[in-house]
Amino acid sequence: MRREAPKSVADYAPLVFPGFMLVAFFVVPFGTMVAVSFFQRQQGGFYTPAFIFDNYERFLSAFFGGVLGFSIMLAVMVALVCVAIGFPFTWLISKASRRVQVVWLVALLSVLSLSEVIIGFAWSTLFSRTAGITNLLVWAGLMAEPRALFPGFGAVLAAMVYQALPYTVLILYPAIVRLDPTLTEAARTLGASPLRAFFNVVVPGLRNTIVATLIMVFVFALGAYLLPQILGRPQHWTLSVLITDQAIYQSNMPFAAAMAVFLVLMSLGMVGLTLLVGRKGEAA
Amino acid sequence: MTGLALKAITKQFGDFKAVDNVSLDVPQGTFVCLLGPSGCGKTTLLRMIAGLEEPSSGQVVVDGQDITATPTHKRDFGMVFQSLALFPHLNVGDNIAYPLRIRGASKAEQSARVDELLKLIHLPDFAKRPVAKLSGGQRQRVAIARALAISPRLFLLDEPLSALDAKLREAMQVELRQLQQQLGITTIVVTHDQREAMTMADLVVVMGEGRIRQAAPPVEIYRRPADSFVAGFIGSTNLLAVESDSIGRVTALGTALPDVAMVDGARTATLSVRPEDVQITVPGEGVLAGTVTFVRDLGGTIETFVDVSGTTIVAVTTPRERTDLAAGQTVGVRIPAQSAVVLKS
Repeated sequence: MRREAPKSVADYAPLVFPGFMLVAFFVVPFGTMVAVSFFQRQQGGFYTPAFIFDNYERFLSAFFGGVLGFSIMLAVMVALVCVAIGFPFTWLISKASRRVQVVWLVALLSVLSLSEVIIGFAWSTLFSRTAGITNLLVWAGLMAEPRALFPGFGAVLAAMVYQALPYTVLILYPAIVRLDPTLTEAARTLGASPLRAFFNVVVPGLRNTIVATLIMVFVFALGAYLLPQILGRPQHWTLSVLITDQAIYQSNMPFAAAMAVFLVLMSLGMVGLTLLVGRKGEAA
Repeated sequence: MTGLALKAITKQFGDFKAVDNVSLDVPQGTFVCLLGPSGCGKTTLLRMIAGLEEPSSGQVVVDGQDITATPTHKRDFGMVFQSLALFPHLNVGDNIAYPLRIRGASKAEQSARVDELLKLIHLPDFAKRPVAKLSGGQRQRVAIARALAISPRLFLLDEPLSALDAKLREAMQVELRQLQQQLGITTIVVTHDQREAMTMADLVVVMGEGRIRQAAPPVEIYRRPADSFVAGFIGSTNLLAVESDSIGRVTALGTALPDVAMVDGARTATLSVRPEDVQITVPGEGVLAGTVTFVRDLGGTIETFVDVSGTTIVAVTTPRERTDLAAGQTVGVRIPAQSAVVLKS
């Protein structure tokens, strides 16, 4: 449907309310945060207006560099694992009957209703020595004695993948269902085994969807805050944990703001980079 | 033994028999059209030949070898899908080379074969083009070239021309037939278009309700349809109920038809006569009397609709034969015995 371009000021009237909301609840707070990130911190808890780069300079320390690097690495790993599991999984669901599809999708959606806290403590129980899954392995004779699987990187990664997987499947599902099924059939008549057809036809055919999903999950995982604290050691804490620590416990608002701004810029940068790479691949 | 043999193939989806006990022998190098209305099981039959569906019972035999249990990718067939199913992420050359790449052919072999095939389909120098930039007819040819890349044992096409406009479709029918004759490859095409089948096929297999109703060369299907389903599906025809009277003559609409013989042992039957065989004369002996209800003058042909005791009979003539009929006129309709086919009803 084609509409006429707005001509008078009155035509823009419907935009006033969403515009106001956007400014009041996004632009203003974000602007405040950007401003605060340049302020001078006062010893003892508060800050005074200034325009200094001290807060950003602190990133150059090895400690913050390490935390930032870990946060990005964790988010990338979560995105990769989610897509590596979610893509074949969604493809298999899409081949199943309507009823099986509905059951799976409802089950996945119900995971979304769980709060991060519940997910964190559920996994900490599952990974514990006394009541964890290793007890099952011992019972099955695969392991000598039960063992705690957390705190540790594996536990953080597992719980974050668990949390992000429903999103992954929900983003992939519509695109996978829309993919022409005769493409794989054609590949098979041309001599490709079902597995080969999947990698030669389904994966490249949905490359843009896969890239979009990776970005989504990456951004989602970059803000992880609770799970690294519940299931990880201090070296597995992400930038979000440090931001909270600085803002609330150290009362260093300017530095917390600077980290938050930096995190947003990093996410935008990664998204931009991925899109750029994607576009180049398309042109080739 | 070469060629394809289908032995008592049945495909059941729940209670529904999509294909019901189909047996067919296709000699090497034959062009076969599976023809029928939608839902008659022709596509399911083709998919079973390709290995994309598993028959509930029966066997698919190629070159004397039972391949019913062979997976699709080991059958070495070429198939063109209704959607064409060209890979959107590959260019024309890579699409055509795909089956060669899978079989581990070298880059040089691949590009030599691609060039050869592109020449065959009259699209030389198209190898580097993206598939999305092709016209409908060009995509069609690329799909055909891709299916032929490995010189398949069997060439299968599922409604290959249905997406093209009428003019291009007719041209592609001729081209496809010439290509098949040039390569001498056993080819099976599924179509619902009887003109397409008549144009291309050596053997037309008319299917209805999952069964083969008749398998014969096109002209025989047209001239000697096996039953009223085939007669009605292939071209247009006049179907009249006939019965034998007390002295053994065959009568239609109360008039005895000279020289027309009844099917063995039947009292009633259906008579099929093609519109171009119906002759319009003056009323008289052995001729059905009727009234012209409508004349459709198409320039090249004239269709005359004659009402005979409530049944409409259509006659097609060329303008040279007769130009002076008008609605309301009383005429005689002669059904020549040699072109009338009496079918079991």
